[in-house]
Amino acid sequence: MLYREAGDFKTTYVEDGQTFPIKFDRIAYYILLAVAFGVVPFIINDYWANAVLVPFLIYAVAAIGLNILVGYAGQVSLGTGGFMAVGAYACYKLMTSFPEVSILIHVVLAGVITAAVGVLFGLPSLRIKGFYLAVATLAAQFFLVWLFNKVPWFYNYSASGQISAPERTVFGIEVTGANTDAWAKYLVCLIFVTACAWLARNLTRGTTGRTWMAIRDMDIAAEIIGVNPLKAKLTAFAVSSFFVGIAGALFFAVYLGSVEVGEVFGINKSFLVLFMIIIGGLGSIFGSFAGAAFMVLMPVLLKNILVGGLGWPTDIAAHFELVIVGGLIVVFLILEPHGLAQLWRVAKEKLRLWPFPH
Amino acid sequence: MKLKFTALAAAAVVSAAAPAMADLVFPSLSYRTGPYAAGGIPFADGYADYFTLLNERDGGIGGEMAKVIECETGYNTEKGVECYESTKGEGSLIYQPLSTGITYQLIPKVTADGIALHTMGYGRTSAKNGKVFSNVFNYPANYWDGASVAINHLLDLNDGDINGKKVALVYHNSAYGKEPIRTLEELSAKHGFELTTLAVDHPGQEQKSQWLQIRREKPDYVLMWGWGVMNQVAIQEAANIRFPMENFIGVWWSGGEHDVIPAGDGANGYKAVTFHNVGSDFPVFDDVQKYVVDAGKAAGNGDQIGTAVYNRGFYAAMLAAEAARNAQEIAGKSDITAADMLKGMESLEITEERMAELGMPNFGPSFTVTCENHGGPGLGAIQQWDAAAQEWSLISDFAPSDTEIIDALVMEDSMAFAKENNIEERCN
Repeated sequence: MLYREAGDFKTTYVEDGQTFPIKFDRIAYYILLAVAFGVVPFIINDYWANAVLVPFLIYAVAAIGLNILVGYAGQVSLGTGGFMAVGAYACYKLMTSFPEVSILIHVVLAGVITAAVGVLFGLPSLRIKGFYLAVATLAAQFFLVWLFNKVPWFYNYSASGQISAPERTVFGIEVTGANTDAWAKYLVCLIFVTACAWLARNLTRGTTGRTWMAIRDMDIAAEIIGVNPLKAKLTAFAVSSFFVGIAGALFFAVYLGSVEVGEVFGINKSFLVLFMIIIGGLGSIFGSFAGAAFMVLMPVLLKNILVGGLGWPTDIAAHFELVIVGGLIVVFLILEPHGLAQLWRVAKEKLRLWPFPH
Repeated sequence: MKLKFTALAAAAVVSAAAPAMADLVFPSLSYRTGPYAAGGIPFADGYADYFTLLNERDGGIGGEMAKVIECETGYNTEKGVECYESTKGEGSLIYQPLSTGITYQLIPKVTADGIALHTMGYGRTSAKNGKVFSNVFNYPANYWDGASVAINHLLDLNDGDINGKKVALVYHNSAYGKEPIRTLEELSAKHGFELTTLAVDHPGQEQKSQWLQIRREKPDYVLMWGWGVMNQVAIQEAANIRFPMENFIGVWWSGGEHDVIPAGDGANGYKAVTFHNVGSDFPVFDDVQKYVVDAGKAAGNGDQIGTAVYNRGFYAAMLAAEAARNAQEIAGKSDITAADMLKGMESLEITEERMAELGMPNFGPSFTVTCENHGGPGLGAIQQWDAAAQEWSLISDFAPSDTEIIDALVMEDSMAFAKENNIEERCN
């Protein structure tokens, strides 16, 4: 009864084209933002920040980034882990080279550097498509990880090859390093997530997004109606890598604090983010969040239930986690091949008609 | 759905955090799954069994029961962070993550939270310098000691002259595997041997090209810094190219039964460095049989007792328990906190008599920990595999490493860390 378009009159084109055309959605969105910014920082503790919310927010940025490339522009990429590594190492080099500049600027610059690298590795996409492009981006993944392992300049010649984030502050409040408070970590990530999601949403429904989708749906047809494939594909790579780079920088500087490239940004990371957007829903910003939540929170939740609640041995619980998460993925994809976002869309459709289904 | 999920998660977290704070909590960040489980399982079993033994036989430590909270990390840093955050609120006294990656992660965190971190034979080697690393301990020996002991063994074999010999290092391409390179480079300059390094990427199942290179370049000796599945593969590959096993020396993490058994007779004569004794021929293992195994309280499957890595976990638990006992004496109370534990570790003294009392005579070296030296004496011995008898035996005494070179490197690396993080020197 609450979820209705009826009576919600739009008198301008701007109003008609807004992201949340239904009043109920709008209010829910503003309440969510208010809770995320105004309530959660006051009640968050170390466990919730470091084990649940910070990884969820960072993976959401990465998933949005990959979703732009795969979901909107239709260019399959398996190089996410490598591009996150570029973001992390760029952030590290900037942090240690220019300690007086704000970390927030460094994170954005790390995104810009990753965008440049992404464009470079996106060039083959003009010639090759589909699985062949996936293989080319896979090469990027392995090359980048190898590079950061091989060239000591990237890790400032440290003996172990690890990079560690020094302490940095924003307005006198520590946001990286071990003494960071839970709320500061959370808030920094939340600001970046909000900005990225807002930017991505508005890019994808403007001209840029429409050209991406045209290329995705049929590139020859898109070319005939005047879409420049060079520009469309390379902007998709650039914007996608920008977000992925920001996610990598936050992952290293705010979340983990020290990183070993082979372990943290390996091929598994690429697959994890790809699974997130497949499960969440290709071509959907909400789907990126839903997928990230599913892949990050489900293992933690299962671990807490199986080990903390039921008292199972840790190894059996760890194996069952894989079984249950894997099983859920299969079930979801059978019941709804278009991901959690489509489930959400269907639920909203039903709600609009409720209680009169016809 | 969303509400239910949040409620469930909240309930699970609350129920996990509920247990009483009275026990002495020893969290065990173990890994019984994944490519490194072969080493993680025996270590975790040994760690848990020692505390079970203390609880069953002595009623805990100084009258306080010891409680081991296990948390599965899978050798993965993200899960390691989750495990650390979920256990630190329960009064945890000491962390032993058995992973160099997680150690790097935890060094700043434990320092901020005031909890001790003991990385026995792994982790950041320069943590030996207690003046810089207030909360991190790596007694009784570290990687650089291991590298030096291995080279000393080569010197012994060659009557003190390895000038011009070729030594190859096969290492896990991670912080762990890269640790000994600096030391080996210094030692190669000092003794005049030629060092080649061959990296093996995680998880280490693919080593054909590295061993092909060894076959081509024919080094006189091969050293290995491997872990998990990488060890078995390397030993098998070495056997395949008929590399003389007595010239193949692993660090202590490459010296478990599970590493050599898959290669069968081919592994006969393989050597590894160790900093504690091998086998189950110690009085304490009778008690383990009586109080732990026969009572049905053995951790895991109970089939690892007496293996090399089990003994290491057992030894790690013994050192932690002794430090807790020492802390109880200093604090004058049995219910110690993490801060008391730190003091207990910093003035820990392990003597021959004490180890004999514990039923572990000559199990490890005797040593003292001080505020300046968190690393102990750095003694190591060489163990060799006998494939027919299926057992390790020590073929040398516990001998010191080349402290002249190592101390200088420890100082250099720890000072760099202090400078990077603006740490004031302690203990003055």
